[in-house]
Amino acid sequence: MTRRQLIPIAILLLVACALPLVVSNYRVFQFNLVLVYAIALLGLNILTGYNGQISLGHGAFYAIGAYCAAILMDKYGVPYWATLPVAAVVCLVVGFLFGLPALRLEGLYLALATFALGVSLPHLLKYHHLEKWTGGVQGIVIAKPDPPFGLPINADQWLYYFTLAVAILMFLLAWNLLRGRVGRALVAIRDNHIATEAMGVNNAMFKSLAFGVSAMYTGVAGALGAIAIQYVAPDSFNIFVSIVFLVGIVIGGLASISGAIYGALFIQFVPNIADEISKAAPWAIFGIFLIGFVYLMPMGIAGAVRMGLARLQRKAQNK
Amino acid sequence: MDAFLHQVLAGLATGGIYASLALALVMIYQSTHLVNFAQGEMAMFATYFAWSLINAGVPYWPAFFLTVIFAFVLGVVIERVVIRPVENAPVLAVVVVFIALLVILNSVTGWIFSYTIKTFPSPFPAEPIFGKYMSAHEAGAIGVTLVVLTLLYLFFRYTPLGLAMRAAAQNPDSARLVGIRVGWMLALGWGLAAAIGGIAGMMVAPIVYLDPNMMGGILLYAFAAALVGGIDSPGGAVLGGFMVGVLENVLGAFVIGNELKLVVALVLIIGVLTVKPSGFFGKVFVTRV
Repeated sequence: MTRRQLIPIAILLLVACALPLVVSNYRVFQFNLVLVYAIALLGLNILTGYNGQISLGHGAFYAIGAYCAAILMDKYGVPYWATLPVAAVVCLVVGFLFGLPALRLEGLYLALATFALGVSLPHLLKYHHLEKWTGGVQGIVIAKPDPPFGLPINADQWLYYFTLAVAILMFLLAWNLLRGRVGRALVAIRDNHIATEAMGVNNAMFKSLAFGVSAMYTGVAGALGAIAIQYVAPDSFNIFVSIVFLVGIVIGGLASISGAIYGALFIQFVPNIADEISKAAPWAIFGIFLIGFVYLMPMGIAGAVRMGLARLQRKAQNK
Repeated sequence: MDAFLHQVLAGLATGGIYASLALALVMIYQSTHLVNFAQGEMAMFATYFAWSLINAGVPYWPAFFLTVIFAFVLGVVIERVVIRPVENAPVLAVVVVFIALLVILNSVTGWIFSYTIKTFPSPFPAEPIFGKYMSAHEAGAIGVTLVVLTLLYLFFRYTPLGLAMRAAAQNPDSARLVGIRVGWMLALGWGLAAAIGGIAGMMVAPIVYLDPNMMGGILLYAFAAALVGGIDSPGGAVLGGFMVGVLENVLGAFVIGNELKLVVALVLIIGVLTVKPSGFFGKVFVTRV
């Protein structure tokens, strides 16, 4: 990382750390969700943006992560921080297993299969034989964790810092994964899988790995989201959750780590503003933005920012 | 045995609706090799159009045909305005546009007609026929499906326009060389698919009631049906529709319970795609490396 890249990241981190001290509790909760969505979007971006496998069902992994956290906390009294690794492992395994048949599917067909997963998962969560754990249609209510060590902050602020720490860790891991051999292999598979295979990259392994890691990220986000919202229910994980994630990565920027943050801000705050027009307005706006971005700005906000910076730099050099 | 027979017949009736929607999916797939994720919402939107006509005092059958025309125009306009610019774009861009269409149609419908559930009339009498096994609406829905299928077959087999559309789907370049306007044939295909979807919507609305999210599950069954039959085979899609309808009803009633009905669709979709991607009647594609 060069110094030029480090400065904006340092500023971003400072702002992120100072934020809960200056805004209201409700805003802290909203920014907490932004961090949660950023992790989920990063996961989906690893799969769809970097590896080119389209998933319209990532809401399912988000739901599995959320239910892991909720069930462990509610039924087994596990502390909230300990549910994250469990959710991560469960989603890694489920994602990897789903990725195995998905290996045979390309493009549109994979979109179809994952769409089916996203639509049908809420029905599986309502299944009455699983009610013992999932709480059926009613879902599960969980308690908000208190700040430890007698820190002088309230529960919302503590949860925000906790999520921020997890998010930083997850972003660092993703950056490390994507900048090296693995990241290059993923992008190469997306761009030309035959040539990649011929170069000696094990396509099948990398594609299922991408699926598993992507599901793991989204699952961790789901667990954090459940802890923040303190409630899980099947109907809050319908297909529109998966579609929101797709909106997030397309608008934030495909195949870009910073895009996950832009996308998360977009999907958290734009519906809030649009809600004041009508209950239906957020989705109409999401739809219009989606089409607009595909036509006009296929690289998303991250791509536009990159281009804008490059232009400024050129101007500065010409002077 | 009685209960079983009843479930099979009810399955055939819903199967007819899946078959219609699957047919619409296959029509678009054949000419563009795309799977239209917005097909269900287009059908739902057309059904709302029919509902407002009927509420405004138009008798059922005129409203039915007006809706078919409306859906056809809607399909053509969507193809011309929204789909054409991404015709040669990567798959991801196309899928994103389809999803955008899905949410726009869904939210616009919610905006105009509100999200409250509405009843939709059936043109068929209320009393059951065939003893107690089947309602008249179910029998009527099967009948309508079969009529639509026959008309489509006759259209594609015996009219010059049908031939031109088949040519444009099979070999766009050669079709263009003999003077067929391939772009417009695609738009017509979209229009026809939307019209068929509209009919399916009007047939299913009396059963599931009218609300902006009514097509979510039905679209999934239609995907399953199209894949089981072979995504490029219209006849296969219809047969697949009836098969999925019966399977879903019988399994739901006797084996796994109603809650897991949609999971049947998921298992079917993934199963067919991984074991036999061409379905029962589809062409097997071989790609050269």
